Amino acid sequence: MRTASASVVVDSLAARLRGEIGDGAVVTDEAARRTYECDGLTHYRAIPALVVLPETAEQVQAVVRACRDHGVSWVARGSGTGLSGGALPVADGVLVVTSRMRRIVELDLPNGRAIVEPGVVNLAISQSVSDAGWFYAPDPSSQLICSIGGNVAENSGGAHCVKYGFTVHHVAGLEICTPDGELVWIGAGRAAEAPGYDLVGVFVGSEGTLGIATKVAVRLLRRPEAVTTLLAAFDTVARAGAATSAIIAAGLTPAAAEIMDALAIQAAERAVACEYPAGAGAVLIVELDGPAVEVTEEEQTVRALCERAGAFEIRVAADAAERAEIWKGRKSAFAAVGRISPNYIVQDGVIPRTALAEVLAEIGALASAAGIRVANVFHAGDGNLHPLVLYDDSVPGEYEAAQRVSAAILDLCVDRGGSITGEHGVGVDKAAKLPLMFSPADLDTMQLVRCAFDPAGLANPGKVFPTPRLCGERPGPRAAGDATERAYERAGIEAW
Amino acid sequence: MNADTVTPGSAAEAAEVVRSGADRALAVVARGSGSKEHWAGVPSRVDVVMDTRRLAGVVSHEPGDLVVTVGAGTQLRHLQASVGLAGQRLALEAGSDAATVGGVLATGEAGPLRLRYGAGRDLLIGVEFVRADGILAHSGGRVVKNVAGYDLGRLLCGSYGTLGIITSATFRLHPMPADRAFLARPVRSPGELSDIVDDLLHSALSPAAVEVDLTGSGGTLVVLLEGSSAGVAARAAASLRLLGGSASVVDMPDWWGRYPFASDDIALKMAVPVAQLPATIEVLQKAAGPEVTVRGSAGVGVVYAALPGRTHPATLGAILATVRGALGGGDAGGSCVVLAAPPATRAAVDAWGPVPGLALMRRVKEQFDPERRLAPGRFVGGI
Repeated sequence: MRTASASVVVDSLAARLRGEIGDGAVVTDEAARRTYECDGLTHYRAIPALVVLPETAEQVQAVVRACRDHGVSWVARGSGTGLSGGALPVADGVLVVTSRMRRIVELDLPNGRAIVEPGVVNLAISQSVSDAGWFYAPDPSSQLICSIGGNVAENSGGAHCVKYGFTVHHVAGLEICTPDGELVWIGAGRAAEAPGYDLVGVFVGSEGTLGIATKVAVRLLRRPEAVTTLLAAFDTVARAGAATSAIIAAGLTPAAAEIMDALAIQAAERAVACEYPAGAGAVLIVELDGPAVEVTEEEQTVRALCERAGAFEIRVAADAAERAEIWKGRKSAFAAVGRISPNYIVQDGVIPRTALAEVLAEIGALASAAGIRVANVFHAGDGNLHPLVLYDDSVPGEYEAAQRVSAAILDLCVDRGGSITGEHGVGVDKAAKLPLMFSPADLDTMQLVRCAFDPAGLANPGKVFPTPRLCGERPGPRAAGDATERAYERAGIEAW
Repeated sequence: MNADTVTPGSAAEAAEVVRSGADRALAVVARGSGSKEHWAGVPSRVDVVMDTRRLAGVVSHEPGDLVVTVGAGTQLRHLQASVGLAGQRLALEAGSDAATVGGVLATGEAGPLRLRYGAGRDLLIGVEFVRADGILAHSGGRVVKNVAGYDLGRLLCGSYGTLGIITSATFRLHPMPADRAFLARPVRSPGELSDIVDDLLHSALSPAAVEVDLTGSGGTLVVLLEGSSAGVAARAAASLRLLGGSASVVDMPDWWGRYPFASDDIALKMAVPVAQLPATIEVLQKAAGPEVTVRGSAGVGVVYAALPGRTHPATLGAILATVRGALGGGDAGGSCVVLAAPPATRAAVDAWGPVPGLALMRRVKEQFDPERRLAPGRFVGGI
């Protein structure tokens, strides 16, 4: 419940923003604000005090400055498809929605670059350069909807990142609005590197806590000469995993290597009738791309290794249409489990690939012990698991049981030397688990970066770190001059 | 330099060195093999040199996962030999033979393979380092796919030891290619590079590296292809057709992956948009005269240049201004940096040029090292 003084602040802020960015960009109506109360992680909801929809970098700057002047925190949101609550609003704060910033500002194909606004949809980038023979590599499953700005915040991956890397490998420069309200270009842009610290490298994946990207200079790649996609069916996940290990051990770097278990296949079948081989305990989808002569040879190797690992059926796509058919089931997987269960949790954890079979067996054991079903979909090439923990909210205790299984899976991942998140981010969802991976000193060190960018703590507060660090705190002997005060001075903020 | 040299035997000892140094406000600089000690700015003070040679060795290598963890004092060539036994490599090269992993990361060194694999920051998946206050910190981990927490490893790469001292690093590895081929084509002038490099990069040939070695009177373009034996053979044939009649298959050139400058030369590093590289080299050659040698990654737009060490500071200043003027400055134009020069010469010129985001960088430095005890003055903007 907002206090009277908080209301006054919000009203003042709204009035100022109406003047600066227009009535149409400022949303105060409660029913309209409610539509932004969560992102893809629907379990966490909060109605923001104000929603703004800027159309330009200068308007973003106006919003951030106004928030700074009023001492109001803000959260940025792209398409709202995030799965860790990164765009969960702060109830007393502002939600800055970038979806109106959809321009592809510039294409520079001779240098393999595109400069785009943060609201541009991921797939739209590849679509705009595809005829010219280029593509933008990071391909999260939500790429039909998710925004590049959101991808930058989360350092999004996708099925093809085993070969091509993640968003951070494909962002050459950023124009950001700092939490102080300055528009700053960081990174090399068209060049491969620039002198100074790699601020782009730390900004990508910082989950909206260091500022708002207002322009993104992405790296484009030439479309490979040839692509081939295979689907191999196995009796067990262990065999599919062994096939993957053999492919990697043979010195191949597939463009993608995805595995789905029987339950995930069943769901996909019901959702999109993908017609994967009947009775499969697991399917492995391998995609290979590159020069045609290399791909042809690699395809033979992959077939042979899958057969040796016990594949009972192997399909090879003859053309783009068949490739799409093979991928149809995998791409539908997350949403598809909705057909076999009223509710589900999408989990995201990473383990060393060599521990795959063992960990999946343990997940199975956890699941049966709890009486909860878990469907497994994962990026076999890099050990990034997406257990889909199924439950029925209408059954008392089942949600809690599912939550416990989901949390236990993360513990297992860390225990095996992996990570609590491979691509969905920490957000609010996993902040409490971050200390499993990092010591207090580690987290304190990361927050030094946050203090450099956002000493006032207004950018996406409450995300990533379980315990916020007061900026200006410094372990060890104090030196002359207070870093915090200087930071405030620079930001033009008067101390309250 | 009247600094004391200490040689810690573990990360904990390294942390203790820095911590006790902090108590006495001592400035600390790390040294691996010292191969790049003369790069970048001369620190305004050095009280302690931390020799990392005992922080060496492979901590763990998981061939099945293509991951390796090494001490920062490990020489890159020893790391390669070690993972090479399993048919793997770290797709990162250094211009100097004895370069250590810590130094390669801290200076942002990378070689011809960066066209395909990126630089150190793209291959680093986990890092351990000592903070200015002597606390040992970590980021990343042991798996390639990991977005938990901020990526401090990337921040440390290229930071010249001004934010922290790396004690160990975890990298993602790649399989050694089954085969490879080098193809060379003589070039008479930088202008010839434009079309050839463009054609190569936009072809289906997928080169692993495209390097150039040029003086005022011409030089050579060399392409590296890697892959299967049959694949490399076919792609080499196609590449020769693309490169034209004067091209041929060669052994690895002895200049491959090596800097064009000697320790007493003035060393420049230019990082420019790929399509603008040929024109930029021409501007440099015109400004600097026939003695300048340019060598590096034509496919990436990162090249090195050597000028005689005796070059007058005013001349160097004029060359830098001319090249930077041609680059246009600003957010995406590219950079020309003085990597090394005689101290008096360096002090007389703007060695780094424009640095986008410098104010933010200073704020990061202030958080990590408010008392400026880690390599003070070594880096951009007096950091």
